[in-house]
Amino acid sequence: MNRKTKRALTTFAYHFFVILFGFLMIYPVLWMMASSFKPHADIFTDAYSLIPRRVVFANYANGWRGFGNNTFGTFFANSFKLVIPATIGVVITSAMAAFGFARVRFRLSKLWFTCMIITMLLPMQVLMIPQYILFNKLGWTDTYLPIIVPAFCGQAFFIFLNMQFIQGIPIELDESATIDGCGRVGIFLRIMIPLIWPAMITSMIFSFYWRWEDYLSPLLYIRTAKKYPVSIALKLFSDPASVSDYGAMFAMSVLSLVPVFVIFVAFQRYLVEGIATTGLKG
Amino acid sequence: MPQKTLTRRRKRSLETNNIAGYLFIGPWLIGFIVFTIVPIAMSLYYSFTNYDLIGSPTWVGFQNYITIFTNDVRFYKAVNVTVTYVLIYVPLRLAFALFVAMLFRVPRRGVSVYRAVYYIPSVVGGSVAVAVMWKQLFGRNGVLNSFLLAIGAMAPAAARSWTTTPSTALGTLIVLAVWQFGSPMLIFLAGLKQIPAQLYEAAAIDGAGPIAQFFRITIPSLSSVIFFNFLMQTISGFLSFTQALLITNGGPMDRTLFYVLYIYLKGFSFNEMGYASALAWIMLLFMALLTGIIFKTSNYWVFYESKGANK
Repeated sequence: MNRKTKRALTTFAYHFFVILFGFLMIYPVLWMMASSFKPHADIFTDAYSLIPRRVVFANYANGWRGFGNNTFGTFFANSFKLVIPATIGVVITSAMAAFGFARVRFRLSKLWFTCMIITMLLPMQVLMIPQYILFNKLGWTDTYLPIIVPAFCGQAFFIFLNMQFIQGIPIELDESATIDGCGRVGIFLRIMIPLIWPAMITSMIFSFYWRWEDYLSPLLYIRTAKKYPVSIALKLFSDPASVSDYGAMFAMSVLSLVPVFVIFVAFQRYLVEGIATTGLKG
Repeated sequence: MPQKTLTRRRKRSLETNNIAGYLFIGPWLIGFIVFTIVPIAMSLYYSFTNYDLIGSPTWVGFQNYITIFTNDVRFYKAVNVTVTYVLIYVPLRLAFALFVAMLFRVPRRGVSVYRAVYYIPSVVGGSVAVAVMWKQLFGRNGVLNSFLLAIGAMAPAAARSWTTTPSTALGTLIVLAVWQFGSPMLIFLAGLKQIPAQLYEAAAIDGAGPIAQFFRITIPSLSSVIFFNFLMQTISGFLSFTQALLITNGGPMDRTLFYVLYIYLKGFSFNEMGYASALAWIMLLFMALLTGIIFKTSNYWVFYESKGANK
């Protein structure tokens, strides 16, 4: 056996192993997809099978009908009504704060910066109870305000991510802009935003994911079924009280992941870079 | 070195501008005070009271804390579950992340596609969709059982739901957590790419095999990245609970009663806001202590290539 065949064998073994292991990794997701096309009676016969014996679309029609008078159309619309404003808010205010911390000198800036870093490590779940009491007192329950308003105050993780980007931009750009009579706001809008938009897109992706998949906040604050986002509606399928239509549950679960996959495929590069930058320089 | 001159120059060129500074960090600062500082102060106060949300809080001093430590079996169960979970899932997740990152270190055809596929579980893993699916995967008639039956590894009578069996319930949640090793994997991958190739070449000339290279070069060069991943995963491990809330709701027999889930149940199922706040404060102090210890001891086991570069 010469060197060439040995090399080919190693390459083959590598790909074989990586593909096999990768298949196991996404097997549960594939299974969910396959099950969503299986007739109700077939889902748990030879459950592990990924190939439906008969392909049906009834699960999607049944699932879409939703609960009571609310179809999944309502739930999807609600999710977008909640996630889009919150994401816009968090992306803009986080970029602003990052610029402030990285490029403007002001009193107590060191203190506030330290506070910001601490909030990254602070277990936010600890705030669950007092925030609930606070929003309750403000009369914000059964609205999206407890989710949207705090988003307009930025998020430490995204501030940090944007700062990493801003620190890589030469300060000379700011200086020459200042000489040209550009104020701080002008520098931010005309120089920073065009340069840090990859960081802003990364923030956008993460914000979308976290808020789209968020179950806890809507569970705490939303009372009326008409206002439920998709995450809460999906959970209703598996509640013992409701009829267990697993096919419909899988169908709507798959639909709920469609936006997640679309964004993943479209922006994968930003996601990877975002994790790598914040991770390494953390 | 160049970084140092840059900061010095920056200091000179940046004039103090309080108005602009507070304008830019304003939204964050308001949020920090209103949605973080105020709630933290509120919860400290509530932790010394009995409060059911309907009436007004009544001051009970340290009573909640005393009850928690001396007369609350579920508290100790929750601590036990959470610590067990963290001790098992963090090393496993990091080991998988590093192993897979090593596989993807060398650019080959297809690696970017593989990397994306391996990252998919981390993208969807936190969702309700996966949680409800997970329950069926390990259900009585689910995939695992049907597979075990098909290969004859299990008697039909032994089939039971893995998520509602006390001895295996936590295991299903650990598998779910380990499955999502994508983020630490990407961070390891970025770290691996920073290791100079010369180090490996020199080691190979000195006769070091792949295993020696891994332990003598890869692991030490990666120690700060390992540290970061370890810290982040440990923190998030202690705080995880939504998947437990969705899949097992703490059961069976409190075997998956994560600490934060216990806080949640005390607060929102039993309306004991004071008691739940005390539980939350114990968590906060514990996390502060733990983070402090991890940072303090990091000097002993994190290898920095140039000490000067780090502060």
